Amino acid sequence: MKNGFAAISVAVGALVALLAAAMGQDDAFRAHMWIAFATLGIATIFLFRRVEFATPGHPLTVEDNSGYLDGVVRYGVIATLFWGIAGFLVGIIIASELAWPLLNLEPYLNFGRLRPLHTSAVIFAFGGNALIATSFYVVQRTTRARLWGGNLAWFVFWGYNFFIVMAGTGYLLGITQSREYAEPEWYVDIWLTIVWVCYLLVFLGTLVKRKEPHIYVANWFYLSFIVTVAMLHLVNNLAVPVSFLGSKSYSAFSGVQDALIQWWYGHNAVGFFLTAGFLGMMYYFVPKQAGRPIYSYRLSIIHFWALIFLYIWAGPHHLHYTALPDWAQTLGMVFSVMLWMPSWGGMINGLLTLSGAWDKLRTDPILRMFVLSLAFYGMSTFEGPLMAIKTVNALSHYTDWTIGHVHSGALGWVGMVSFGAVYHLVPKLWNRTQLYSLRMVNWHFWLATLGIVVYASVMWVSGIMQGLMWREYNDQGFLVYSFAETVAAMHPYYVMRAFGGVLYLSGALVMVFNVYKTIKGDIRNEIPMGAEAPTLQPAKAGAL
Amino acid sequence: MSSQSPNSILSKHQIIERNVSILLVLSLLVVTIGGLVEVAPLFWLENTIEKVNGMRPYTPLELAGRDIYVREGCYLCHSQMIRPFRDEVERYGHYSLAAESMYDHPFQWGSKRTGPDLARVGGKYSNDWHVQHLTNPRSVVPESIMPPYSFLADSDLNPKAIASHLLANKRVGVPYTDEMIARAEADMRTQADPMADSKALLTSYPKTTVADFDGNPMRLTEMDALVAYLQMLGTLVDYSAYNPTQDDR
Repeated sequence: MKNGFAAISVAVGALVALLAAAMGQDDAFRAHMWIAFATLGIATIFLFRRVEFATPGHPLTVEDNSGYLDGVVRYGVIATLFWGIAGFLVGIIIASELAWPLLNLEPYLNFGRLRPLHTSAVIFAFGGNALIATSFYVVQRTTRARLWGGNLAWFVFWGYNFFIVMAGTGYLLGITQSREYAEPEWYVDIWLTIVWVCYLLVFLGTLVKRKEPHIYVANWFYLSFIVTVAMLHLVNNLAVPVSFLGSKSYSAFSGVQDALIQWWYGHNAVGFFLTAGFLGMMYYFVPKQAGRPIYSYRLSIIHFWALIFLYIWAGPHHLHYTALPDWAQTLGMVFSVMLWMPSWGGMINGLLTLSGAWDKLRTDPILRMFVLSLAFYGMSTFEGPLMAIKTVNALSHYTDWTIGHVHSGALGWVGMVSFGAVYHLVPKLWNRTQLYSLRMVNWHFWLATLGIVVYASVMWVSGIMQGLMWREYNDQGFLVYSFAETVAAMHPYYVMRAFGGVLYLSGALVMVFNVYKTIKGDIRNEIPMGAEAPTLQPAKAGAL
Repeated sequence: MSSQSPNSILSKHQIIERNVSILLVLSLLVVTIGGLVEVAPLFWLENTIEKVNGMRPYTPLELAGRDIYVREGCYLCHSQMIRPFRDEVERYGHYSLAAESMYDHPFQWGSKRTGPDLARVGGKYSNDWHVQHLTNPRSVVPESIMPPYSFLADSDLNPKAIASHLLANKRVGVPYTDEMIARAEADMRTQADPMADSKALLTSYPKTTVADFDGNPMRLTEMDALVAYLQMLGTLVDYSAYNPTQDDR
């Protein structure tokens, strides 16, 4: 029997979800378990249709397991695109809710429930699928070994996406721990733990059975990302459930300790999920796309160890001037400023990889995306330490400047490097000679760039304005603005910010179309990039 | 790399690059240090949390209200952490102390002020104002961009379940007594009913406001719970007896 184990396991999972739906202690948990049952039920049907039995004369189909396991990478790329569009769309919806509050449709589509849906969709669904897909691709190429664990990689992919469905639907139902970027409740956290351990096993197992003596630098970053996220997830989510058949739990920590643990997690979700993981991606795809070796091997060693050591300390900068003890705030500030150096080490190593290949920027919009991504990485890792300085933070904290900072990193660095990787991968994974259209990649590049610039500059202006209005005194010593007046002043900026988001989403939609056509095997009839530039003519003799 | 001298530290890095186990263990060790040094002392340094008078665990109704505050993601737009700046203290009241969130599992300090800070909103507005504001925010604050929460007035609370919530809080360290847990359901009903005998409730939970918070005496709703929670925020600590230099750090 083939595929039987998977089919039966998922069927058992569906049954457990059904029982939990019947015996759940609160409405939200019951609704959530019905969703789990429906999802797993559909998966069961699909899987049972794929079960094969060996009968005389009809042996089981044998799959070729000698090459790389790329099927899961292909699914990962599609999932990345799907969740990317979903996450950007929800982002535009909540940005519009801030501009036009009538769009809040209570209770399910209120800002407070949709905002975690947006952050989780872009960080964990879009970013997470991009990381899983590229790490599976990169680790096989750089070790010259097939993924370890047979179908375990498939479990990681489907298990992770099931986690996303449960997390996202939970937010809409109001199931949340209120821990920023770790909102899913205890039972969804346990599921993610199981999936994540399997992910670590697949990745480590592949490294162990590698045919290449040396472990390539991209894999150091991916490994550190997987291991550290496991540590952060386990500690941050320690909680006591109210009931084993209920959605609610209470954190094991409280108040000031909880605040620092939460931001130790939160800042390193940025540091390891959105930085170390994506640096792994950068270290493979930038040299590949540029056709050059990485600029400096020594720099990669130094900045790897410095980066992972320093990042962990930076969490307290989210708690400046709060009730967190001063010594912890100061430590957080100092390490955040130091973090600037290894961050720029990574940027420099990436950018200088283009030495001798800068001319390719004229003809290769994919490489252009990578370069812009590194530029935004450098920009936001300079802005971050700046905002971590206590006096700057006194102004920036609680304002939309923070939101702008996050988005220049997320849209600029994480988004662009992922798009570049997708464009690099799609023709290779689907065995096509080239992308459907490079010019559409260029369109995507400019739409996204413009979107980021609009978004970030609007948030700088409005965030700083907001901070200054809150603290403005008149010459008689009274506060000048009521809080409501500062809210009203934000309106035009919220509208412009939503427009920046629309630009970014349009770029991503162009990418989806381009990828779809590429997979179909079409090639667009277009003038090659750079070909329209007039060729220089030798000067005619006698001409002045 | 061939250009390296064999004795340089970087050439020793080759050992790490060729051994998965060493790479795994080292990279895990390196990332544990920062957390250990910064987070662990908060659990045993005594001056982390100030000694103040007045802190008590949430009443059952307030706790239910707090769960709704968490569920609806209020913390995404409202902070509960007043910083020690002239403008913030003037706008919101005395700066927040660590002691004030010692029973908050999890903390609700927040990270964004799309709306104002709520750390001391308790008692600033009437119950009616809160109900009106939650039902239709722009009817009382025209500039507001807050979502409406009128459905809370139509959602019944489940007082039978609240004891298990107190018990879970006790398990993570909140000093609820067995008696408080046993009386949780009755305490919850009592706090929303001005006609009931509230003596036992007020003995267990001093400074508790008893009122029909949602203005609908026929029902015990989520609106009752949320308003009860909002009305107690920042009202517990007695600042006349607090000396800010008592535990300088």
